[in-house]
Amino acid sequence: MLPGQQLIDFSWIGDHLGQIAERIGQHLELTILPVAIGFLIALVLSIWAVRQPIVYGPITAVTGVLYTIPSLAAFAVLIPITGLSLVSALIPLVSYTLLILVRSIVAGFRGVAPEVLEAAEGMGYTRTQRLIRVEFPLAVPMMIAGLRLATVTAIGLATVASIIGGDTFGGLGQLITEGLQTFFPTKYLLGAALSVVLAVSADVLFVQIERWITPWARAPGSAG
Amino acid sequence: MESSAGRAATVEFDQVSKRYGGSAKAGTPAAVNDLSLSIPAGRICVLVGPSGCGKTTSLKMVNRLIEPTSGRILLDGVDAAGRELTELRRGIGYVIQQTGLFPHQTVVENVGTVPRLLGWSGARIRERSEELLGLVGLDPAKYSRRFPSQLSGGERQRVGVARALAADPPIMLMDEPFGAVDPIVRERLQDEFLRLQEELAKTILFVTHDIDEAIKMGDLVAVFEIGGKVAQFGTPAELLASPASDFVARFVGTDRGLKRLALSRVADLTLHAAPTAVVGSDAGEARRRGLAASFQFVLLTDPANRPLGWIDAATLPESGPLTEALANPTSPFVNKRTTLKDALSLLLDSDVQVGIVTDRTGAVQGLVTVDMIAERMREGHIAPAYLVDAPPGAPADPAE
Ligand SMILES: Nc1ncnc2c1ncn2[C@@H]1O[C@H](COP(=O)(O)OP(=O)(O)OP(=O)(O)O)[C@@H](O)[C@H]1O
Ligand SMILES: [Mg+2]
Repeated sequence: MLPGQQLIDFSWIGDHLGQIAERIGQHLELTILPVAIGFLIALVLSIWAVRQPIVYGPITAVTGVLYTIPSLAAFAVLIPITGLSLVSALIPLVSYTLLILVRSIVAGFRGVAPEVLEAAEGMGYTRTQRLIRVEFPLAVPMMIAGLRLATVTAIGLATVASIIGGDTFGGLGQLITEGLQTFFPTKYLLGAALSVVLAVSADVLFVQIERWITPWARAPGSAG
Repeated sequence: MESSAGRAATVEFDQVSKRYGGSAKAGTPAAVNDLSLSIPAGRICVLVGPSGCGKTTSLKMVNRLIEPTSGRILLDGVDAAGRELTELRRGIGYVIQQTGLFPHQTVVENVGTVPRLLGWSGARIRERSEELLGLVGLDPAKYSRRFPSQLSGGERQRVGVARALAADPPIMLMDEPFGAVDPIVRERLQDEFLRLQEELAKTILFVTHDIDEAIKMGDLVAVFEIGGKVAQFGTPAELLASPASDFVARFVGTDRGLKRLALSRVADLTLHAAPTAVVGSDAGEARRRGLAASFQFVLLTDPANRPLGWIDAATLPESGPLTEALANPTSPFVNKRTTLKDALSLLLDSDVQVGIVTDRTGAVQGLVTVDMIAERMREGHIAPAYLVDAPPGAPADPAE
């Protein structure tokens, strides 16, 4: 912070709304893309693990290792391969969501009561029909719990991706980096505050989505 | 409206065995051992026996949730093993103790499950589902849109039954369908289901480990013993009158005689005529009539022939009208559908020898006495013979 400077320069914010909005958009992209891709991969892995329980151990082991790789290290490894591209940013972000998502999706599938599965089978559902119409909807609350956690994590990690994204797709992390480099607190405080706001909004959004698509889970004593 | 009646199929177990853990290991004890049963269309066959004797296993081999290790199961003469799996199952109603209702679907959606699988139109499914809810005693307006978690245990069981009936299957498999509710609700569900079955006349395989439920629900009862063998197969009356082995005798219990009473109803007795006198009629005439009979009481009734109470003929005046004030509190009331067991119990409870049989309007039809019930027990043939096409246990393979 330079001497004589205000901590937060509101007029700068007012003059740069367009740029701020663009950074928010980039940040959303850095969050939604990895969570969506991660969810699809995790869903496939989870269905595999539910059908063949023997693969669950190896899947969680591998995704667990991915989860522990520091993001900076991952970016450093990937830049020589995929360059300063969106792909380099997405690969680590996607791999961080996998452990959380696989665990919660598998827990969701396994939480479906055995008598419900038996009734479905006994009434003549095919395996695929049962998966889509019974197991999937009943696993939704756990899936959403996983998505909430994965999204909030991704919003945080996406700030680090500014290392790769820079001006092109750096998101709120880019605001923070620029603010720190130019000793301009307004920018980095704004970047940090907005990523918190994003995380909280995402959380609230998921709670609303869950209430909306699983009305049955709200009913009293929903265990039965 | 869909017709709910008249479709039933025969079910035949032909030397069916099931060994868990692979047929290769011949050493493993069989869960079901050489089971042969022939169940005529439209009857309730109860599989009863101690825990672990293979009842559930036998049931699940019918809709092939479990495949037999050997033997055949014939539905209307057709081997179930040769039929397409989902098509077979959609044609068999399936009710389980834990209901297995889909928690994420409303009651009406749950009931519509099989029709949906069969590709019925939405309107037809809805109409059928609501009809069925009514049939099992749940007001569609009140229950249709609820989720299973918003129902009591008894209501869930009813929805489970409605769901199994939805596509009007000729065969129903029911695995302890009323096992998870309290005795009072269970009894009501049993009674309602029997009434429903009078109309539907499905072929029903009904699993329970409660011998009283077996006797009440079954047209035929197969008593299983551990190791998946049938110890006896016959009507409830046969089981109670002549248990085939010590095991069966012990299983049906020492109170066999009383249980047999539960199989007969007041309607099976030849009732005594009641010595009635209408209120307001001549007391002297009633007195003379009462004193002339061996049983010197007169039953006072209102003009619609509904009983008001007993009068000892000896206490009646020689003349004047009969008034209600003369009558003593009456004996217990029974009707023609009351089982002899319940009738006897009522008589013993109220410490009298005579019960009054009334019809739906409350009018006197006759009298039942402890002696008549005792006489009936002595006669031995306590139950009406059920129609059993095949001799017990014998497979009636049309090919043979
Ligand atoms: N999937 C299975 N794998 C191995 N053994 C099994 C399996 N299912 C049942 N069994 C065994 O088969 C036997 C019969 O089981 P089944 O469930 O048919 O009994 P049941 O008569 O229905 O008992 P209950 O009244 O307790 O429900 C038991 O010894 C049981 O342990
Ligand atoms: Mg069982």
